[in-house]
This record gives sequence, C-alpha cells and structure tokens, in this order.
Amino acid sequence: MIPLPPLAATSQSNTSLVMFLAFVAATLVITWFSARKSSGASAYFAAGRRITGWQNGLAVAGDYMSAASFLGIAGMIAMNGYDGFMYSVGFLVAYLTVLFIVAEPLRNAGKYTMADVLAYRLKPRPVRAAASVSTLTVSLFYMIAQMVGAGVLVQQLIPGISYEIAVIGVGILMVVYVVFGGMLATTWVQIIKAVLLVAGSLLLSFLVLKHFDFDLGKFFSSLTAITSTTAEGQSVTRNFLTPGLIFKNPWDQISLGMALVLGTAGLPHILIRFYTVPDAKTARASVVWAMLIIGLFYIMTTFFGFGAASILGPDHIAQHGGTNMAAPELARILGGEIFFAFICAVAFATILAVVAGLTISASTSFAHDFFTNVIHHGREHRPGEEVRVARITAFVVGALSIVIAIILGPTVNVAFLVGLAFAVAASANLPVMIFSLYWRRFNTAGAVTGLLVGLLSSILLIAVSPDFMKSAWFPLKNPALVSIPLGFFAAWLGTVLSKEVPSAEKFTEMHVRANTGLGSEKASAH
Amino acid sequence: MASSPGDRDYTPLVGSQTDIAPLGRGGPKPGHERTAEEDVDPVLWSAIARDPDFAALVRGKMKLIIPATVFFIIYYFLLPIGVGWFPGFMERKVWGDVNIAYLFALSQFFMAWILAGIYVVAAAVWDKREHALLTKHHCETKS
Repeated sequence: MIPLPPLAATSQSNTSLVMFLAFVAATLVITWFSARKSSGASAYFAAGRRITGWQNGLAVAGDYMSAASFLGIAGMIAMNGYDGFMYSVGFLVAYLTVLFIVAEPLRNAGKYTMADVLAYRLKPRPVRAAASVSTLTVSLFYMIAQMVGAGVLVQQLIPGISYEIAVIGVGILMVVYVVFGGMLATTWVQIIKAVLLVAGSLLLSFLVLKHFDFDLGKFFSSLTAITSTTAEGQSVTRNFLTPGLIFKNPWDQISLGMALVLGTAGLPHILIRFYTVPDAKTARASVVWAMLIIGLFYIMTTFFGFGAASILGPDHIAQHGGTNMAAPELARILGGEIFFAFICAVAFATILAVVAGLTISASTSFAHDFFTNVIHHGREHRPGEEVRVARITAFVVGALSIVIAIILGPTVNVAFLVGLAFAVAASANLPVMIFSLYWRRFNTAGAVTGLLVGLLSSILLIAVSPDFMKSAWFPLKNPALVSIPLGFFAAWLGTVLSKEVPSAEKFTEMHVRANTGLGSEKASAH
Repeated sequence: MASSPGDRDYTPLVGSQTDIAPLGRGGPKPGHERTAEEDVDPVLWSAIARDPDFAALVRGKMKLIIPATVFFIIYYFLLPIGVGWFPGFMERKVWGDVNIAYLFALSQFFMAWILAGIYVVAAAVWDKREHALLTKHHCETKS
C-alpha cells in the first residue's frame, strides 16, 4: 500500500471545474460553427453525410461508451473482479452483429432513421408509428438513466454543485448542441469525448503498469489475494481472477449477453450514426474503427479496474465515493490532483456526448417518422418543417428528461433502465429489421406485432423482475432470454396470420439497393 | 436562384440544401436535391435482380456472413456457459496466476477483431463485383 495523500477538496474541484468548462467551451464553439454551416434536412439529421470513416468510428464509440461503462465497469471490476471484465466483453462482440447484419444495408436503403428500412416495402404509417414509439421509449429511458447518473456523479466529482443543478446543466447543454448544432455538432462532441476517454484510460493503464514495474506476472499475482470487508464486517480474502464472485446465476449472464449482442444492432442512436457517412463502404469502415476503439478501451479496463482493486482495495474505494469513483480515485492516487481532475472532466464529457446522441435520435425519429411520415403522409407542408419539428422535439425531450430526472431523484435505481434499453432494442427492433431485410414474405402486420410485442414484453418482464419486486415473478434481471424469442415469434406469427401480400417489386428493389448501394442517399455536394 | 413575386419556388434563398422537394417547384430538380427514389429508373431493379452476377454476389456474402455469425455467437456464449457451469475448468491456471476464464474472455476481443478483419477483406472483393455489376447495367457508379 502506498500512503494516501490528503484530500484537497476545494483545489481539486476547482481544477476539474476548469477542465470541464474548457470542454464545454470547445464544444460550444463547434456548435456555433456547425450552426453557421448550411442548413437543410440532410445537414441537420445526417451531418450532410460527409463524416469520414475514422471520424464516425470515433463518434460511434463516443456515443456507445457511457459513464456506465467507464465508471461502472471499472468499479465493478475493482469491487468484484473477473465478473466485471466478463460483462464488458459483450459490448464489443455486439459490434459483429452491427457489422455483419445491419450497418451496410441500413446505409444503402435508409435515409435518416431505423424506420426508413423497416417501412421501405411495407405500409409506412403503421410501421413508422410503431418504430417511433419503440425508438422514443429506448431513447427516453436510456436518457433518464444517463441524466440521473450525471447528477449523482457531478455531486461526487465537484462537491459544490447539487444534483438538481447538475441535471439542469447537462440538460441545457445537450439541448443547445442538438437544437443549434444538429448532427454535425453532436458528432464532434462525441469524437472529442472518445479521444479524451481513450487518452485518459491509456494514461491510467500506463500508470497502473508502472506501479507494477511493467511486470504483467506481478500485476496478475497481486490480484489473487484481495482483502475486503463484507457487509457483516468480516474480512475476506478473495482471488479476483475467479469468476462468479457476484454473478451467481449463469442464466442471468446468458440473458444479459443476448441483450448486448443482439441489442446493440437495434439501438436507434447507434444506427443513425451510419447515415452520417457518404456510403456503405465508409459505414463498414466506421464500424471497424469503432470496434478497435471500443475493444482497446474494454481491454484497458483490465488494468484500471483490476488495478484499482489491487492498488486501492475494495474497502478504500467504498470509503472514497463508492463503486463509481474507483477509476477517478485510482487516478488521484497514481497521478495526483490534476490527473484526478482530468479523469473527472472526461467522465462529464462522456455523459454529455451520450445524452446528446440520444436526444438527436429521439428528435429525428419523432420529426421524420412520426410528424412527417405518419401525420403528414410523407410530405412537408412548408419547407424546412421537418428540421423545425426536430428542433422543437429536442427542446421538449431535454426539458422532459430534466424534470423526470429531478422528480426521480438521485437515489433511484437506474441500472434497469439501461438493461431495458438494450432489451427493447434486441426484442423489438432487431427481429423486425432482420425480417424486413431478408424475409420476402414479411408484411406490415408482422412488423407492427413484432415491434409492439418486443417492446411490451421487455417492459412487463422488467417490471416483475428482481430489480423491481422483492419476490419476483420473473427470475432474471434482464428479460432478453425470453423477450427476444417472443419478438421474433410475434413478427413471424403476425406475418402468417395476415392476408396482406407484400409487394414483390418493392422487395426486389430493396434487396438490390441493400446489396449494391445503387440509389443510396448521397453526401451533400459542397 | 432568383425569386420574383409569382414565382412558385418556395426554396429559401440562402442555405437551401434540402433534400425534400419543396412544394410547387417546376421542372427537373438539380442532382443534389433528388431523393434516392427519384434517382434511379424503376425498371432497373428487376433487371439487376435477375442478373446471375447479382445472385452470385448475394450468395457470396451469405456464405461468409451466416457461418461467421453462427461462429461468433457460439464462441461468445461459450464464455458465460463455461463460467456458469464449468467453473473448475475455467479456474485452471495456465500462465502464472492467469486462468483460462481470463484468457478466454480476452480472446473474445481478438476473435471479434479477426472476424471483422476477415469481413473487411472479403467485402473489398464484393465492392469490386458490385462496381462491375453496376457498370454493366449502366448505372451511375458510386464515388
């Protein structure tokens, strides 16, 4: 154990505040430049489709790696070892589903939203209405989870700021990015955040390895006997490389794995990122870039997660801010106050980038799917209406999530909201997307039943799960094991029970489009 | 883009890059304003779909995508299955204090990267065949 320097609360919180304000200033400048650039729907919703492969790869990674994965997984590994690391594996493997099944056909056949592909050859209004409901549900729940997390974190990171002020601040910033800067500003916020996050975790990993004299054997040996105090006050020594220290039920792990591996390819805020690049080839390249960055990041959780366990020990972490503060606390001990402030600023940036991505995905879906295509039958009544509606929606969504996050308060359990987002994406969105791309016979009734059954079964099963009820009716924390097969089954059943025969020409058209990129939306010319 | 009273072009004067057709515009639209739908002759789709080269291209894609998907799903779920039901095997130490469970979880990252690499190499060939197919059908080729 190394001696712990005393906590200098005021100077440290001032440094992180300054760093955070520098990040906010930089992103606001970007937003100002984005707002000055040409307007128009394709510029607002898809950044003019001119983002390059590596840029979009960074932005996908920035959109995906939330505070839950940075602080949450680091904390999970620090407190309970191996199980936290196993948890992180699914987040990367999930991108193989994105790469193999969705990214390219989506870019080739769609325009702004996931529903563009679902509604391509079916009756657009019912399909878009259902898809919009599922998109808004996923985005709102996920966003509230992030906002509550943001409020709690800011309280811990900068002691002078209250939960309410933190939530309102984050909410105002995300609305400013999205309303004024659109997809271009959101993309650059995510890129900067991803670079900061990777830089921060590389530096932290380097310091951990330096602590062990760059000897991996010594590093892993230090993990075999980690002593901590249990809730009953007993001292226990455990091998942190042993699986099963917190995850006792293997079915929970399988269900969660299914939600991650199949849900990522159905997350609306990730999918709309593929419309920001010029073509399917670039979409493919951006998935690969994202996989490199996300994989690198999660491998590094080995060093700073296990490092926190071995250098700090679970008891020290519990006394210094708890699970979520494991990574920042490790930074403080190894790198001093400035590095601690930097890691805290990175955590802020992480939250901001993810909520901005969620806000734009919710407002795009409402404006493009629901307002223009469901209410107005696919026509703009006035030029620029769709973008104007999206801006208003972003404002409303922001205000709504601020209010809900404040009403729920800092003590609410938000983990289930994130699980719910992945479960809905996997059970509602993915089955319908796969069927509409690959199954000729698939029809409108199948799409609508698939979306609604997937959505409702996920919500209902979570409502009766152990996270919500003391004596749960449903034993698993994540409903995916049951709700994904249900989603596929409902989409199939709805199709075969309906007499509707989908247009064969439309399927041919979409099939050719998805596989060749012929006639796909082009980048704006200038 | 001058607009005079009575002109039915409602496009705003500045920053008018909208890709949704403004109401009341007469005449053909400039290239950057055409939607994807309007860009391609509708007859073309079935001609390409009937082309054996297209069928071969799709079959080629499926021949990689389906086995690769099945492989990575099995490989991934072996991890929670192994950890959950075969803990004795997974806790066996293989390198210093590092056990099979850790190495297998770590190997998942490399498995994902290698499969992505294989896919990218294969997709480069598909891109060429796609390009040849579209050229044959006199479609505008992608940049």
